[in-house]
Amino acid sequence: MKRALDLVLLIAAGLIAWEAMHLAAPFALTSPAESVAKAWAMVLSPAFWPHAAETAKAFAYALLLAVGGGLALGLSLGLNRTSAEVAEPIMISAYSLPKVTLYPVILLIFGLGLPAKIAFGTIHGIIPVAIFAMNAVRNVAPVHFKTARVLRLTRWQTLATVVVPGALPEIVSGLRIGFSVTLLGVLIGEMFASQRGVGYVLMAAIGVHDVPTIMATIVLLGIVAVSASAFLLWLDHRLHHRAA
Amino acid sequence: MSRVGLLRLLVVGGFVVALEVLCRTGVISKLVLLAPSDMAVHLVRVLMSRKADADILESLTDVVLAVVLSVIGGFTIGAMIHSFPRLRRAIDPFLASYYALPFFAFYPLFIVLFGLGRGAIVAIGVLFGIVAMIISTLTAFDRIPRVLVRTASVYRMGPVEAALRVKLPSAIPFLFTGFKLAIAYAFIGVIAAEFIMATSGLGYSISYAFNNFDNGTMYGLMLFVIVLVTVVNAVFHAMERRLLRRWGR
Repeated sequence: MKRALDLVLLIAAGLIAWEAMHLAAPFALTSPAESVAKAWAMVLSPAFWPHAAETAKAFAYALLLAVGGGLALGLSLGLNRTSAEVAEPIMISAYSLPKVTLYPVILLIFGLGLPAKIAFGTIHGIIPVAIFAMNAVRNVAPVHFKTARVLRLTRWQTLATVVVPGALPEIVSGLRIGFSVTLLGVLIGEMFASQRGVGYVLMAAIGVHDVPTIMATIVLLGIVAVSASAFLLWLDHRLHHRAA
Repeated sequence: MSRVGLLRLLVVGGFVVALEVLCRTGVISKLVLLAPSDMAVHLVRVLMSRKADADILESLTDVVLAVVLSVIGGFTIGAMIHSFPRLRRAIDPFLASYYALPFFAFYPLFIVLFGLGRGAIVAIGVLFGIVAMIISTLTAFDRIPRVLVRTASVYRMGPVEAALRVKLPSAIPFLFTGFKLAIAYAFIGVIAAEFIMATSGLGYSISYAFNNFDNGTMYGLMLFVIVLVTVVNAVFHAMERRLLRRWGR
């Protein structure tokens, strides 16, 4: 109860700060009420949905590839100590690279359009998922592996019944970060050299300095990102507590 | 060199050689990807012509400014949030989902606030870096032994004095992690902002070369950014590991 109250208070404080900034610089940003009204109008307008669908499609594919690829990479590298030690610094430096510099290469490979956005979102998300999965497997207690050997489990059985359940809490933490950065990747991909998608809507609005549309788009993206992340965070906490 | 280090070098080296072979044999078209050796040649050419100097200097100063502001601001905000547990609990989910927001959308707002030019780029770098620092400060403060905090209150230190004289020194190894992340994120923010909407800087030069089909310059500068960021991150990663070992945790 107290926690819910704190959350409401925090959101209220955020809204008041936003309103104050609006009063201080009315050209730069619209007030919360106006932004929400505009966001609602956008949601109701038929012109918005093809863009939202385009982004959702690119994001869904990118997330699928990032999670599938990241888990395959992380789990297989994590099972062997040497491969994990060799791969970790490489993956960490790949994670901290400004991937936008690679976007031209992706555009040259895939051409303009959906595949380039998917690829760009995927390279953002795949590395954190892989890093978390790999470290999760490394942290599975050795006695669990020994038990699996004693029970003569095959490689796949070990993976499905010992490794993945044991590593699940960490894997979900990785998914949470992977989700966020994949969305960011897809949106950046749409902001540069694209004709469709929410990122394009945002970029077009920035181009003509259409502040209400910019703010409304940020509000919509914020709602989606925060609620998805809150759900994954909740799952994360639950799994970590169950494990402890 | 250790066996693992040698293997790592082999993996990276093998990747570069494979890329080189694929490009030289024409499996990967020259229009798509230049061979790594060609990239290096173009990088040297671009650097020798000194045309990119101003852009490189600009991007680097922007990154440094963004890092300094993120670290100081992030530590201050993190220390403040940490002293209010209720605020902390409420704000945690927002911090965790922060990085999914496309900050570039705030660029017009920053132009109004800071004027057309580099202030807005630095601001985006700070937006990227500061939350990593806030989160690291929170984690670092969580790990401060209780007894130190109690000692501070026995000495009747105020919140500011306790933060500076007890919490800061005790949390340094973990704060360094935040510093390292702030550098990586500031790079990402500054280069990406330049790439999408600036009219100067390294990111802009790359997108300008892309738009003008100047693949040589584009790949040269790309290689420059990749090597620069990798070296900077590797240096701070190594420093962090030494620091953590010295503190014995």
